[in-house]
Amino acid sequence: MIPALEVRNLTTSFRTQNGWVKAVDNVGFEVMPGEVVGLVGESGSGKSVTLHSILRLVHAPGTVAGSVKWQGRDLLTMPERELRKVRGGEIAMIFQEPMTALNPVLPVGIQIEENLSAHTALDGRQRAARARELMDLVGIPEAARRLKDYPHQFSGGMRQRVMIAIALASGPKLLLADEPTTALDVTIQDQILKLILDLRDELQMGVVLVTHDLGVVAATCDRMAVMYAGRIVETGSVVDVFAEPHHAYTRGLLGSVPRGGAGRTLLLSIEGTPPGLASIPPGCSFNPRCTFATDICRKETPMLAEFAPGRLVACHHHREVAAAGSPVV
Amino acid sequence: MLLVPYIFRRVLQLIPTFAFIIIVVFVLVRLLPGDPASAILGDRAIDANVDRINHELGLDQPVFVQFLVFVKSIATGNLGNSIVLKIPVADLIAQRMPVTLMLTVMAAVIALILALPLAFLAALQRDKLADNAIRGVFQVGLSMPVFYLGIILLTVFGAKLGWFPVGGYGEGFLDHVHHLILPALTLALSLAAILMRNLRAAIIGVVGAEYVDFARAKGLRPRLIMIRHVLRNALISTVTLFGLSIGTLLGGAVITETVFAIPGAGRLMIDSIYGRDYPVVQGMTLALAVCVSLTFLLTDIAQAWLDPRVAR
Repeated sequence: MIPALEVRNLTTSFRTQNGWVKAVDNVGFEVMPGEVVGLVGESGSGKSVTLHSILRLVHAPGTVAGSVKWQGRDLLTMPERELRKVRGGEIAMIFQEPMTALNPVLPVGIQIEENLSAHTALDGRQRAARARELMDLVGIPEAARRLKDYPHQFSGGMRQRVMIAIALASGPKLLLADEPTTALDVTIQDQILKLILDLRDELQMGVVLVTHDLGVVAATCDRMAVMYAGRIVETGSVVDVFAEPHHAYTRGLLGSVPRGGAGRTLLLSIEGTPPGLASIPPGCSFNPRCTFATDICRKETPMLAEFAPGRLVACHHHREVAAAGSPVV
Repeated sequence: MLLVPYIFRRVLQLIPTFAFIIIVVFVLVRLLPGDPASAILGDRAIDANVDRINHELGLDQPVFVQFLVFVKSIATGNLGNSIVLKIPVADLIAQRMPVTLMLTVMAAVIALILALPLAFLAALQRDKLADNAIRGVFQVGLSMPVFYLGIILLTVFGAKLGWFPVGGYGEGFLDHVHHLILPALTLALSLAAILMRNLRAAIIGVVGAEYVDFARAKGLRPRLIMIRHVLRNALISTVTLFGLSIGTLLGGAVITETVFAIPGAGRLMIDSIYGRDYPVVQGMTLALAVCVSLTFLLTDIAQAWLDPRVAR
């Protein structure tokens, strides 16, 4: 199968007072049609910037390099006019904070309809009908009446549904979801994730799901990519990565997730904090926090390499890490 | 739509506001140093004449009675006669207020015409040449005293080039406009500078907002994003500032009217204060306060229209 989206050597840099820093460093992954790929990592690991870079939403002093192939065309070099057709039409994005991502002074109906005006030939009446349909689809009660309401009149979960309705308006083939459930209550989280998966099945839409929540990944994703300090350090199918992590960081993340069933044991936590982008250590950027680190880790940056079909890792000692076993039984 | 009940509530609020204004005006005028009798009669007035004047003006009555008389006169629209000019205060207000209001409205319009596009340009060209040039020029406008700016404009465009009259108010609407352009421009420049800076900052803030990124992610045209998503949100704070500035503008009109010899409310106000012309000062203060309150009302309505959260 041909990937729907193919990201290669994606590098996003921002200029700071201390020179250029790379928020996203040489990132590559692909998404098959209908596949859900999880992009996992701590805050500041570059997950969100990766999504923003794919649609060229990064703000001006930031620069994006590499290539993002979407159905054979490179999104990073295509003219603005063509890119606008892809944005919202073929690739849609939903944001983490539904309160700040919806325009506070526009009724949600207009915010749905403006997507339709940009990407479809529907007339005013058809757009209104489709907007109502979309509100129904994402499970907002009394859809017709609520189209006139403003974002502040919705609860957090309903706002996220509105955002999904906006994103899905023109039937995209790929959904970029930036922590879509982080701002929501746990019960609402499940509903939203289930909604996204249902829509994936219904519309054969690929999904890139950015999250720091491994529970979400386990429940929803087919494959996952773990990011640390702007780089992808490990990828593979969710089953494989959970069963046998090959990167010490992945192993640490898995160990920090509470599990039911097992006896009451202390959660593992990863010592230290992620490095600031301006002060990434030489060698492997994880080495100061890594229990497996040796001299080579402090000198040479490990490259992301395939060690088994569909399994890639960037670690000098990935065999030892794998031999230490998964913290998830 | 929540706007209509909001406007209704907001109009009701004018009742206590006006009551408060009436009390403050009454008290303030009586706190002015000096008294009308000696202002009219001069330093060597004899007591009998002073008493006579005070009696004519009702100033020999208890303060409480004076206040009731004041309230009654407002209710009936008969604000008494000017001590100095000997004509009804209501007539004076009707004669002078429109001049000042027209000057203020023209200044406000000029300020908006200057500030809106330039703020947009400056925000989009942030820290580039256009932005720095616009901000630099306005900085000069902002730091220059109004009377000085007025005199420069008068000298160049009035006296030297002869494009505009150097004073007065003229006859007929178009002539009024012609006469008021220079003074309105004088008033407008500092307001334009404040509005421009505020709106520029607001636009820069909004352009970075997530909902603008979301609008871009929807594939909307840049112009639609700018107008519907950026400008509307940015205007919310600027509208408030604009409304508040109208009060300042009315105050600034006093100086401008003096420089340009315009027979407006500001000039009348100053003359009346010097002359201890109680009824005129009271009436004019009242009229100005009412104008300012109505401006605030319009500001609130505009803000509620822009931002539905206000009318909640």
